[in-house]
Amino acid sequence: MQEFEPRIVAFLCNWCTYTGADLAGTSRLQYPPNIRIVRLMCTGAVDTIYVLKALIEGADGVLIGGCHPGDCHYQTGNYKARRRITILKKILNRFGYDEDRIWLRWISASEGKLFADTTAQMVEELKDKGPNPIKQLWMV
Amino acid sequence: MDGLDGVQRMKSTIIKVENKDTLRSLRKFLGRLMESKFVEALLVPKLLPGGDGFVQSLIKDSRMLEDANPIAPTMAVQSARILSELTSSPFDGRIGVVLKPCELRAAVEMVKFLQVNLDNVVTIGVDCPGTYEVGDYAEMVKKDRELSPQAFLEGASEGEIRPRQGYNFRECCQICEYPVPLNGDITIGLLGLDHSKEILLMAGGRFEKELAQKFSLELKEGNSANREKVIEKVTHKRREQRVKVIDELKERVNIIEKFMQTLSTCIRCHNCMNVCPICYCKECVFKSLVFEHRSEQFLNWADRRGAIRMPGDTLIFHLTRMSHMATSCVGCGMCDSACPSDLPISSLFGLIGSELQEMFEYVPGRDAAEEPPVSVFKEDELQAEAGSE
Repeated sequence: MQEFEPRIVAFLCNWCTYTGADLAGTSRLQYPPNIRIVRLMCTGAVDTIYVLKALIEGADGVLIGGCHPGDCHYQTGNYKARRRITILKKILNRFGYDEDRIWLRWISASEGKLFADTTAQMVEELKDKGPNPIKQLWMV
Repeated sequence: MDGLDGVQRMKSTIIKVENKDTLRSLRKFLGRLMESKFVEALLVPKLLPGGDGFVQSLIKDSRMLEDANPIAPTMAVQSARILSELTSSPFDGRIGVVLKPCELRAAVEMVKFLQVNLDNVVTIGVDCPGTYEVGDYAEMVKKDRELSPQAFLEGASEGEIRPRQGYNFRECCQICEYPVPLNGDITIGLLGLDHSKEILLMAGGRFEKELAQKFSLELKEGNSANREKVIEKVTHKRREQRVKVIDELKERVNIIEKFMQTLSTCIRCHNCMNVCPICYCKECVFKSLVFEHRSEQFLNWADRRGAIRMPGDTLIFHLTRMSHMATSCVGCGMCDSACPSDLPISSLFGLIGSELQEMFEYVPGRDAAEEPPVSVFKEDELQAEAGSE
């Protein structure tokens, strides 16, 4: 049987994590091809509906990557993202949905290696979890 | 009880009730507010011409107070929404608004989101023993034409509030922990008082002095011990019921399939959103082109899953709405009353809301100066919860 390859939708901030992903590429670091990147200006622009849409449409995991606390290009976007993502995780957890399919990570523009390692680790963990259960349900 | 701090800060006086007619004395007080020009107009529930219900009405002529009922046992609309319209642009004079505790809390939340402006508004919060569905009240009147509005205050003095025989309070009222207003400019107290003889009038903050002078009221510090006891009794009972209802619901929705099962009869009418005082966005994503899908999109979805429910977007709608505003949910239950499929929306928001509000140590509507959790942050928080350390 073919091994399950998780699909990850990543919302990355333009200034830190997206640039970090770029650095991973230009440094020729290998990272898994399971990830589909959406570039945003800031994690503060990630509405919970984006994350939910990705999960309901069939992503097995969602990665939100932004600047480290204190380093946000817009001062406070990542702090707001942290509250929003926490709220979403609490809600999903209450309804028995595995909140660990959502990863919020701070990866700076210089941390290409961290980006490659994070995505590799996320793919591994999602492989253990198996496919997103919402993917197959017709009642959504 | 930290939630009731506002009550303690107010000064109070007793208004004597004449001829055991509580309602008449309340109207008289409201009439005095108008005639003295303390307020130019009053927003207050008024009996419908058919006698089988109430609507909020904006009264300019004090003679129209004749059928006003500040203790109306129904809540046809959430007055915070009305206030949002009513205070959307500058106006002269002051408007007095009679609000139930949950309406007042919603109005305070709306001030924070810049949807309500209370600068020229005198909020008059009234104790609430609980409300009935509009249809239930109409039926009560049909059965008993002589039904006295004061009958709905039965048990309020001892804290033994029971619904009328054969009926029940709206579900959200059965589990409401806030039977008294938290922070009105004026509060009309009924719990713990012999309302056939007296009503408690409380005033706090910005209008306290003016009220005392204009109406020669002797406002005193403190709250009566009996009232405190009765409030605690009512609150305690409702809190117990709340824990019971929410614990049961928790079990019913503890896996995502069961949660979806609970929402399975949703017809996506958006009523819950339309009546919600907290869901205020004028341009809502669910009413936008984003959710007008192309024909091929539907077929693709059906192809991928074998079948899809129609209309769809149920799960994303409810989860998104929850994540957007459960932190500010005041539990008024208008969503329940508006739901044609009898979904337990209000209890679901109660379940999620209390968890989130506790996490942020936030009580919606407690204080206009408190920032809503979604618009502020602390530098050092939630590392573990967000999984971002």
